Amino acid sequence: MISLAGRDILHSWGKFVLTGMGLGLLIGATLTMAGVYRGMVDDAKVLLTNSGADIWVVQKDTQGPYAEASSIRDDAYRGVLGLPGVAQAASVTYLTMQVRHGDTDERTMVVGFEPGQPGEPAYLLAGRRLSRGHYEAIADVKTGFRLGERIRIRRHDYEVVGLTRRMVSSGGDPMVFIPLKDAQEAQFLKDNDAIISDRARTAGNPGLNRPGVPGLLDAVNAAQTINHSVNAVLVKVGAGDTAETVAQDIRRWKHLQAYTRAQMEEILIAKLIATSAKQIGMFLVILTIVSAAIVAFIIYTMTLGKIREIAVLKLIGTRNRSIAGMILQQAMGLGLIGFVVGKISATIWAPAFPKYVLLETADAMRAFAIVMVVCALASTLAIRAALKVDPATAIGG
Amino acid sequence: MKLPFSRRAGFILAGVALVAAFVWVVVRSGPLAPVRVTVTHVARADLAPMLFGIGVVEARRSYLVGPTTAGRVRQVAVDVGDAVRAGQLLAEMDPVDLDQRLASTVAAAARAKNAVDTAAAQLADSIARREVAAANARRYDDLGQKGFVSSSVTEGKSQELKSAEAQFSGAEAALAGARQDLARLNAERDGAQQQRANLRLLAPADGVVTARDAEPGSTVVAGQAVLRLVAADSLWIKLRLDQNRSAGLQVGLPAEIVLRSRPNQVLAGKVARIEMLSDSVTEERIAQVSFDVSPKDVSVGEMSEITLRLPGVKQALALPNAALRLRGGKTGVWVHAADTLSFVAVRAGTSGADGAVQILDGLKEGDAVIVHSERDLVEDSRIKVVSAIAEK
Repeated sequence: MISLAGRDILHSWGKFVLTGMGLGLLIGATLTMAGVYRGMVDDAKVLLTNSGADIWVVQKDTQGPYAEASSIRDDAYRGVLGLPGVAQAASVTYLTMQVRHGDTDERTMVVGFEPGQPGEPAYLLAGRRLSRGHYEAIADVKTGFRLGERIRIRRHDYEVVGLTRRMVSSGGDPMVFIPLKDAQEAQFLKDNDAIISDRARTAGNPGLNRPGVPGLLDAVNAAQTINHSVNAVLVKVGAGDTAETVAQDIRRWKHLQAYTRAQMEEILIAKLIATSAKQIGMFLVILTIVSAAIVAFIIYTMTLGKIREIAVLKLIGTRNRSIAGMILQQAMGLGLIGFVVGKISATIWAPAFPKYVLLETADAMRAFAIVMVVCALASTLAIRAALKVDPATAIGG
Repeated sequence: MKLPFSRRAGFILAGVALVAAFVWVVVRSGPLAPVRVTVTHVARADLAPMLFGIGVVEARRSYLVGPTTAGRVRQVAVDVGDAVRAGQLLAEMDPVDLDQRLASTVAAAARAKNAVDTAAAQLADSIARREVAAANARRYDDLGQKGFVSSSVTEGKSQELKSAEAQFSGAEAALAGARQDLARLNAERDGAQQQRANLRLLAPADGVVTARDAEPGSTVVAGQAVLRLVAADSLWIKLRLDQNRSAGLQVGLPAEIVLRSRPNQVLAGKVARIEMLSDSVTEERIAQVSFDVSPKDVSVGEMSEITLRLPGVKQALALPNAALRLRGGKTGVWVHAADTLSFVAVRAGTSGADGAVQILDGLKEGDAVIVHSERDLVEDSRIKVVSAIAEK
């Protein structure tokens, strides 16, 4: 038995393959859109994974440090460290800021961390970890910085000694890691003009600048410039304890808010990126519907274009089953080519996107199934049209 | 109908190309893709550890110059930046009525001196009177014994002599009293002069004026500074070191000092003093670093970066610190042997300045260890060893 579909495709394979490629690019766009959505969710998740923490301790009644501002004293970690079940606890700061790189600004999240503690990048792409207590930085490769380059953050220059990858904020901004003490200063230090005008303001306050009390003004000024705040304490739970029980202890006895990994994920994904994720998701749904419609129309018009040949087949007594099979096989073939081209193109252009695009295999499988189903459904329309054809049209009737 | 060969071949070629591209895509990305890693071998190396901290230039000796009693500033003779010598007049307080009181005590002392002279003259007078009275008494005594005069006259002369002697004693006492008065008033005068001198604020040592806190006319309380001085040759740096990176700190360690005003110049110094108390709030240790050669034009309060070189460890097993990973609460490295990955817990020792870290146990020389990786690794990660991951 000869394959009608195969013969027909071979007859005009260029046209067939080009149609498949066009279809593929459309499927590629849809796959990419799914990847953008997944990437967004993944950005939020890697942020949590990379911090290496089981519990996030933040200011009471806030949902910090990522979704809301949170500020706690930098000695809070000592109290947390004393609780049973806590293996490690370290202060961290997060500060989103524009960092100058050559002539352009890079939007980055500056993380202050303690070396060897939770919050440190887990792996490096190049270079080394920090070996000094100040003025060294590890940058995400997406920031565009290279080893040995200097980053200016507020008042100081930091030398990039290590590069890492996929260390991003929930908004997808690449991270720059600097020692905690420097980060505290960068975050809370005011600019010089503000400091000087603050001093003048204090000196103008008769209650704080009393003639009979030498040294009072200096003491007040000194107290105003010191800041011992951080944004959160990251806690690693020891073996044998659950994060939830430790978090409960912290909430109850330390009067701080504590979130476990599951709660943090809920905050980030359900609250922080919810609207933008829904936006993308909505667009993804529309794109899928549009793609399905276009696939259906292509197959339908492809069949209509061959209506004379089908009439001839009917005239020579080909069975309806064979004709239906031919159209179905062609539709499936088109879908297959489209999917393959789509997957390839999506993979090729995904890294060029400024934010992370995550192409999941499960998504690809799902897309494959949808493409095949849509092709099969679309071919039924075409089959109906083909079977209704009057064989007389073959001879110009 | 036979299809031309080229058409069939073209179709097959296109199909093969598509399949090949698909396979390449599947293998290159997604969960099947290998993780690119760099590998190094555990080797022996010299480790040169260092301590790094930031410090502020301070003066070892600084002076607050101010009055010992409350008063008004009359004159300030020097300005910020002036170099002064020990004993130089810096400022003067308003004496108010002290000059008049001084004049009064001077006059009183002069008058007391006159009183002494008067008492001395009276003493001389009483001596003369006593001598005359003694001669008369002797003479009348002789005459009385010879019976030329009545005994009442003799007794009268004898009484005159006693009276003259008493007057002499009185004059002597008056002179001593006048002298004591003179000494008292002299002391009072000297005291007033001292007080007057105390209003002149003098430089306690050679130095440079760093602050002029009060201007003429302003009132200051006792102990408040009018001027501040520092000894310019006593500058050193107050160094703050993170407590967890301060092991090995000791007096005499050579230091490399980079001042913020001259970032490209490294000045030599050494640790001069280590403070027993560390800052418990900032968790920093505090030490003082002195310059080997005091630099010119350095400002007090300037920030500086200090690098201290510690005695190194020779020929220790070492790895780059990027190889160390934290996994399940343990520090370790990924060992790559016979195409399999295994996580080996290690104990890290001294860290070198260049990022190398000493491996105390867990590995042996020549072990291949993953340094950098594109992703976090697990036991069954497929890896591809490359020389460098990040594009240059």
